[in-house]
Amino acid sequence: MESESYQREKKRWYEKTYSASSERDADFVTVSGEPVDLLYGPSDVEDLDYMRDLGFPGEYPFTRGIRGNMYRGRLWTMRQFSGFGTAEETNRRYKFLLESGQTGLSVAFDMPTIMGRDSDDPLSEGEVGRCGVAIDTVVDMQTLFDGIPLGRVTTSMTTNAPASVLLAFYLVTGERQGASFSQMGGTIQNDILKEYIAQKSWIFPPRPSLRIITDIMEFCSREVPRWNTISISGYHIREAGSTAAQELAFTIADGITYVQAGIDAGLDVDDFAPRLSFFFNAHIDFFEEIAKYRAARRMWARIMKERFGAKKKESLLMRFHTQTAGCSLTAQQPENNIIRTAFEGLAAVLGGTQSLHTNSMDEVLALPTEKAVEIALRTQQILAYETGVANTIDPLAGSYYVEHLTNKLEKEAWDYIEEIEEQGGVLKAIENGYFQRQIADAAYRYQMEIERGRRVLVGVNRFKRANEKIEIEILKIDPSVEKKQIEKLAKVKRERSNAEVERALEELKRRAQGSENLMPAILDCARAHATIGEIINELKSVFGEYREQPIF
Amino acid sequence: MVAEKSEKRVLIAKPGLDGHDRGAKIVARALRDGGMEVIYLGLHQTPEQIVRAAIDEDVDVIGLSILSGAHMTLFKKVLSLLEEAGARDIKVIGGGIIPDEDVPKLMDMGVMRIFTPGTPISEIIDFVRDL
Repeated sequence: MESESYQREKKRWYEKTYSASSERDADFVTVSGEPVDLLYGPSDVEDLDYMRDLGFPGEYPFTRGIRGNMYRGRLWTMRQFSGFGTAEETNRRYKFLLESGQTGLSVAFDMPTIMGRDSDDPLSEGEVGRCGVAIDTVVDMQTLFDGIPLGRVTTSMTTNAPASVLLAFYLVTGERQGASFSQMGGTIQNDILKEYIAQKSWIFPPRPSLRIITDIMEFCSREVPRWNTISISGYHIREAGSTAAQELAFTIADGITYVQAGIDAGLDVDDFAPRLSFFFNAHIDFFEEIAKYRAARRMWARIMKERFGAKKKESLLMRFHTQTAGCSLTAQQPENNIIRTAFEGLAAVLGGTQSLHTNSMDEVLALPTEKAVEIALRTQQILAYETGVANTIDPLAGSYYVEHLTNKLEKEAWDYIEEIEEQGGVLKAIENGYFQRQIADAAYRYQMEIERGRRVLVGVNRFKRANEKIEIEILKIDPSVEKKQIEKLAKVKRERSNAEVERALEELKRRAQGSENLMPAILDCARAHATIGEIINELKSVFGEYREQPIF
Repeated sequence: MVAEKSEKRVLIAKPGLDGHDRGAKIVARALRDGGMEVIYLGLHQTPEQIVRAAIDEDVDVIGLSILSGAHMTLFKKVLSLLEEAGARDIKVIGGGIIPDEDVPKLMDMGVMRIFTPGTPISEIIDFVRDL
């Protein structure tokens, strides 16, 4: 049907049929606050050119998926983010997950480790092993992966500011197990830009942080070719309150910044771009999320090809991990979170994710219990093996709504990226508080919709009972974990050669002051059993520390 | 009679190492929009920095947001530092990921109220106004 005649018919239908009865009292908007039309049709996708805008899976511009056979070849990796207490306890959880059919590991570190502080640092008090596993030295890392062959299992580590150190601990652990660097595969998040933007676990100022990242990219492209050196993350931007379009735009703007930094450091784009991966949120607005992933793939392929002149196909592929939205979970009626997570996981799969973490129902209350994490993993297995959604590729392509939304999100994202580039790029926009303001405004707008009851949260502002009790089990962290961890650290310090540690730290400092790659020196620090705090403090003495101007 | 201050002065801060500031910022803005004077101290603050700022800024209320599980340690420190400084008239409230069973323990320590996820903002504004 011609677009014009469709619009004429739609108008007729709207007046005669649709308006025959009234609409219910609701705001028809996405979770990002974007208005949704009552019906989408041919005129909403009239400019869509199949070969130009969608193409075939595994072919440019990869809108329909990055692999030719997608889930008919290999299912997504089921990768549950996990870590708590000591390395011994977390090691037991990993073995449980691997025995339950999980196909990759993902390490959650505690806050001191995330911030590059030792367990005996005064600022670590009360935080050791609380929201992840405590790692002070390579000895803890060896315990964490005891009996897990690092030459065979791939591991994702959520670490950013001290990513170079934890990567070194991991590589040395593998080395001591007898694996070569070239056999080891995995991911470090290593996305410092989104720390300044959203997650706020920074250590050094942005510029030296980017230098560390380009050192990692350069080192891994030579020595650890199967390592994903940055997982460019929108997840935390979304959790901090951004809209879907902002998540998409800010993540891609960060990606552009890393690629440019690599090129500026003298690297060939095709040497490091294939090892960049992405990490997105799967929020509760089903179609908006699916459209976001499709738009993301298309945008990245075009940017890499047209802007950066990448030649290798692998450089154009936006490979991404997805985690369901922690911020969509509710503390009230926590069992409902199982259902929310299932829908979000479905959106991620229909959007073509390469790996997935499904949240456990209790993650809004504490770290997950074994039971809760098992249900979350089973949710993925039901998606993969029972629902049939993995049988065909990109099944929502051609949907008037999904294609329209894919185009709309792409356009909105480009508008944001232009706005960021007009300010002088991501670093400038971080410095002037642009991201902070944008995200705080969106988060506040969303909260006010809930406050006014215009956005319904089941069990929170609707459909609740008086005096509801939470009746699920909650994981408790043994308060003696901190003491035990500090004792373990003291033992490592007693048994190592301090002269060797000092030599390694001095060499690190020398490189930090110059421009030689830091990674070989950090690896030697790890081998000498220097602590994460010692290594980071050495770098702080050269690079300084970041301070944020708080904006609310 | 001593004239009463017209509006409350509130300090919002995030002690500890975690960076989850979405809730703290929303509460800060909502209290400001509710007519209160709000000082948002930002992230990664030590209990010492928070208590010093509260005294320097002459606030009536300190609101602490903690999502890292370190709440038992950090609230205790802030309260005892206020005690030491002779500033126990400053009221302490909190929010974040705090298990139900820890709430009475924190109240016994002297925290006035813990707001957990899902609390309507209007409830927080009313509570602070009436403190």
